Amino acid sequence: MKKPFAITLDPGSSLANHTGSWRTNRPEYVDRLPPCNNACPAGEDIQGWLFHAESGDYESAWRALVANNPMPAVMGRVCYHPCEGSCNRAQLDSAVGINSVERFLGDEAIKRGWAFDDPAPYSGKRVLVVGAGPSGLSAAYHLARLGHAVTIREAGPMAGGMMRFGIPSYRLPRDVLDAEVRRILDLGVELELNARVDDILEAMSDGPFDAAFLAVGAHIAKRAYIPANEAAKILDAVQVLRGMEGEEKPLLGRRVVVYGGGNTAIDVARTAKRLGAEEAMIVYRRTREKMPAHDFEVQEALEEGVLIKWLSTIKQAGEQSITIEKMALDEKGVPQPTGEFETLEADSVVLALGQDVDLSLLSRVPDLEVTDGVVKVGANMMTSHPGVFAGGDMVPAERTVTVAIGHGKKAARHIDAWLRGGAYQPGGKHEVAEFGKLNTWYYSDASKTVRPVLDMQKRITSFDEVVMALDEGTALFEARRCLSCGNCFECDNCYGVCPDNAVIKLGPGKRFRFNYDYCKGCGVCAAECPCGAIRMVPEEI
Amino acid sequence: MLKQTEGSHAVAEAVALCRPEVICAYPISPQTHIVEGLGEMVKSGDLAPCEFINVESEFAAMSVAIGASAAGARAYTATASQGLLYMAEAVFNAAGMGLPIVMTVANRAIGAPINIWNDHTDSMSQRDCGWIQLFAETNQEALDLHIQAFRLAEELSVPVMVCMDGFILTHAYERVDMPTQAQVDAYLPPFQPRQVLDPQEPVSMGAMVGPEAFTEVRYLAHVKQMQALDLIPAWAEEFRKAFGRDSGGLIHPYRTEDADTIVVALGSVLGTIKDTVDALRDQGHKFGVLGITCFRPWPTAAIREAIGNAKKVIVLEKAFGVGLGGIVSANVRTSSGSPDSVYTVIAGLGGRPITRDSLARIFLEVEAGTAPSLTFLDLNRAAVDRALARERETRRSGPIAEALLRDVGLVTAQLR
Amino acid sequence: MSFQPVKFYQTGTFTVGNRLLPDAERSVQSTVRRHNSLNSGHRACQGCGEALGARYAIDAAMEATSGQLIAANATGCLEVFSTPYPETSWQIPWVHSLFGNTAAVATGIAAAMRVKGRSEVRVVAQGGDGGTTDIGFGCLSGMFERNDDVLYICYDNGGYMNTGVQRSSATPPAARTATTMAVGPTPGNPFGQGKDLPAIAMAHNIPYVATATVSELRDLEAKVRRAMEFRGARYLHILVPCPLGWGHDSALTIRMARLAHESGIFPVFEAESGEVTGASKIRRQVPVEEYLRPQKRYAHLFSPKPREDVIRRIQEAADRNIRKYGLLETTP
Repeated sequence: MKKPFAITLDPGSSLANHTGSWRTNRPEYVDRLPPCNNACPAGEDIQGWLFHAESGDYESAWRALVANNPMPAVMGRVCYHPCEGSCNRAQLDSAVGINSVERFLGDEAIKRGWAFDDPAPYSGKRVLVVGAGPSGLSAAYHLARLGHAVTIREAGPMAGGMMRFGIPSYRLPRDVLDAEVRRILDLGVELELNARVDDILEAMSDGPFDAAFLAVGAHIAKRAYIPANEAAKILDAVQVLRGMEGEEKPLLGRRVVVYGGGNTAIDVARTAKRLGAEEAMIVYRRTREKMPAHDFEVQEALEEGVLIKWLSTIKQAGEQSITIEKMALDEKGVPQPTGEFETLEADSVVLALGQDVDLSLLSRVPDLEVTDGVVKVGANMMTSHPGVFAGGDMVPAERTVTVAIGHGKKAARHIDAWLRGGAYQPGGKHEVAEFGKLNTWYYSDASKTVRPVLDMQKRITSFDEVVMALDEGTALFEARRCLSCGNCFECDNCYGVCPDNAVIKLGPGKRFRFNYDYCKGCGVCAAECPCGAIRMVPEEI
Repeated sequence: MLKQTEGSHAVAEAVALCRPEVICAYPISPQTHIVEGLGEMVKSGDLAPCEFINVESEFAAMSVAIGASAAGARAYTATASQGLLYMAEAVFNAAGMGLPIVMTVANRAIGAPINIWNDHTDSMSQRDCGWIQLFAETNQEALDLHIQAFRLAEELSVPVMVCMDGFILTHAYERVDMPTQAQVDAYLPPFQPRQVLDPQEPVSMGAMVGPEAFTEVRYLAHVKQMQALDLIPAWAEEFRKAFGRDSGGLIHPYRTEDADTIVVALGSVLGTIKDTVDALRDQGHKFGVLGITCFRPWPTAAIREAIGNAKKVIVLEKAFGVGLGGIVSANVRTSSGSPDSVYTVIAGLGGRPITRDSLARIFLEVEAGTAPSLTFLDLNRAAVDRALARERETRRSGPIAEALLRDVGLVTAQLR
Repeated sequence: MSFQPVKFYQTGTFTVGNRLLPDAERSVQSTVRRHNSLNSGHRACQGCGEALGARYAIDAAMEATSGQLIAANATGCLEVFSTPYPETSWQIPWVHSLFGNTAAVATGIAAAMRVKGRSEVRVVAQGGDGGTTDIGFGCLSGMFERNDDVLYICYDNGGYMNTGVQRSSATPPAARTATTMAVGPTPGNPFGQGKDLPAIAMAHNIPYVATATVSELRDLEAKVRRAMEFRGARYLHILVPCPLGWGHDSALTIRMARLAHESGIFPVFEAESGEVTGASKIRRQVPVEEYLRPQKRYAHLFSPKPREDVIRRIQEAADRNIRKYGLLETTP
């Protein structure tokens, strides 16, 4: 129509007015580091795989997960999940059950038979991995996917290392472990069992191997001197737990005393209970608060009827009894003897006082720095001997499966770079998305799902897995409790709340883009971004 | 068809023949009979399709008309006096937006003091609002002007106000010739808006315009009104051919050719003036009469030509600019070769009867050169003087209107 | 309530969108097909709540009417910032006439559509609180009373912001404006004044009355949708924070609206034929102080001398709303 001059205007013509020139602050999309990812010793992109799980795309979630950790089914059972400890959601109601979702994905992968993505083209390089524990398997996996030929030499008769010989099957069923090991081997990793490496340099030149990753577990039990008569039955935790994997189960008697306060002590006591002991008692010289074992494990043990004698040391072991001395904490919290004694009945005493690594394979390697029974490595996980890397229990770090798996990944990346004549440069660490950066009003109220557990009678009479899996519905619910801290999850808030329509929606999975032609820099998008994935930065004028 | 009917009803019927689509009204004397008639026709279904909306004020009435017109409907309303002032903001707005609304103004005085009777103060107050203002001399012309008004408004996209004297015309029963629907349909094409609110072709109407274009918008409004000066006589001529009578046009000269003195006026008073002039002519006084039908736009050329040879011009008007004098006179002076020879006679304010005797007296005084340039016809000088005296004497002299009523006692008694 | 929130799915229906929801359950604003009825390039202040509210509401109305919509707009911020010659931000047929006549203009448009047999074309009228509760009140009441087929939307920012933040009959008690300055013994807008327009609208017994805020998009959209299911006069009163007039950071616009709701200051409810049919519950109740403190128009309540007495009165009003409309979730 022929419109009257000036008073009648063409629709939408204000696009000619670029209000972006008003801006003094500009919004920018950022990816901040979620605290869970930041806390994960295996370097998992937890928020990243939860993102896929939230939409029910479990395979994509699993693929994102195994980009960093090849053993989610194991991890979902044995990891002590520091991720959950740092989860921002804990400040709202309770932490996201990351570990249970991880297990769900791991189990789902086994059930569905998902295989890893094909490895990169063969690099022509061969790498020797010593030890088929979590660290070695992890390194082998990553190296294989990076295109290298990997051989694992394992001293023992089966793969898994401490996952098999240190963790009871009621916590980690062996079929799960076997399945995840098998999947790694299916990448073309060569596994040699009962193949102890006595001299690493010799093994490398014989191979020949271009590099080696040493991942020998701490299988040697630490002993403590306890005056004992000859008839006293004293074993160590490594013996007991390893014995569980053989045909002949250890004979511990009706009354078993476990000496120590770590997770291994708990494992042994609970194992003893399942082997038929009427009484399984842990003797520990400090209090529950000081106990290195994880509280939830202590709790589970107590539920199962394990007794714990706090503030006690074993002074003497006799044929069917032990003498303990009561301790008291001094002002510094150090236990001191009180001179008060007690006698307890005990058919056997199991020492769970820590473990050491057998470093003999390194004896011919010159210039290695060994302190407190572990090998010093650089930031790139390489020992002072070029081409020889080490991780897991062998190096100074917390000894957990997750840490070991993280070492394997990290070492693999450095080995890969080293083999290709370069150095691996990890990407810069993003700023952590702490709670204060979120707008948590937007998240639905949803308390953590309680993981189902086996009934008590079955728990103490069998080695069936105690903690059971989440079903699909509850796993999905749990995944959707994720706040997606610091990473856009496409909630469309920025797109919706912009008073100037200055946010362009790019479509599913592609997130958004600011249209700076019109953005006035009000900051509403940043304030209303639930997950803190937008920041305001001053314009340079 | 000839019929004897009330002026308001004749207008209502004529408006109905124009097929208005939205009629909105708020009652005010002396407009009521017009909208009552239309309301009845819509309610009965005789006028369809049409929406008749009883609004809560004149401001709303004009606003509803604005909305309807902007949405492409032929919109009509009617008002008077206070009502016109109450809608004034919207009256200006309709013109500014170029919406071809037709409105009848049943002319009435403006308070205070409140007064329901006829004069032209209401329409005159809106003379610069941007509407075309047509003044009817008779009920027949009132009827005819509405038919022409819709065509004019819609052709130019300018609203048109048809002014007819309250009571004197609206409530007078006279014979009128009511056209047929077919005649009106042939003369008035369906409304084709220049701009319309339509989801198929969205526009924004009523934008805010700053100094950079405001003058141009105003100038264009002026240009459109000037175009009306050509269209109005042309379509009056067309109307004459189609309907067989003279109605509308810019001006109506009567015995002006050889007149020494021409009396200019608007509306129904022209009949009395013509009678008076006829009588004076019989006595040898060369008077003529010039009726102005189109007050806005001001037909400068036509008026100049009509009064060209007269020695004196008397403008008889039913409104005045307080502190100035005649409003129409001021306009006439712009079209006169000798403004000093234009005399103003203010008459008929608030419904005061304008008698032939009074008219003849003042006309002759002007002719004789004894009249002042501004005369208030039949002014009760004694009452005015008493009021002025009271005010000089007493600070709290009380309300003027009430005091005057007391003074003229008779009127007070009548009011009771 | 017209709007039934989805309880879970990470952010449920609290966020604008949610990739986890089926398409049909997503908001209009989250879709790329949204109309952007009020387009970019408008001259509203940074963080303008009214610009946001208008796009939310009109886009929802466009969706509900399949694009068959005409809008009449009162004079005010929304009009001035959207249509200064030579540009308009509106992408729908839109008309501005005057400050006080918008409801009547809309009536005229609706009448035109009816008489032309185009009843599928729906009409909205919109204005600020001044154009609605004050100068436009007569026309609005008339439109209500006649039950004309118009949805009137009031964007309430509690004052005449366009003319420099003066008091309107929607200005809340104690708020400072340019005509209720924070001086003298009772600084700010007096208590005991002002109009509760939603209640007045309900008293007209019109088919539908609702309140909403820009912080609850899904609720707002559902109300527009519901409103469009009725014929006759409907009224939607949307609280739209104004960074300029309220004196809060431009980034806090939505937060302010949220706090107004969560404190009980602004009850969000809906009513049909004069009866309240539902209220949006408070999720995380906050004291009014949390709402008042970020706003400079209430600065005199906090310094130089804290006015706990005044804050208490405001809290009492909020508590009354909470009782009256049942804004707290009751445990079954």
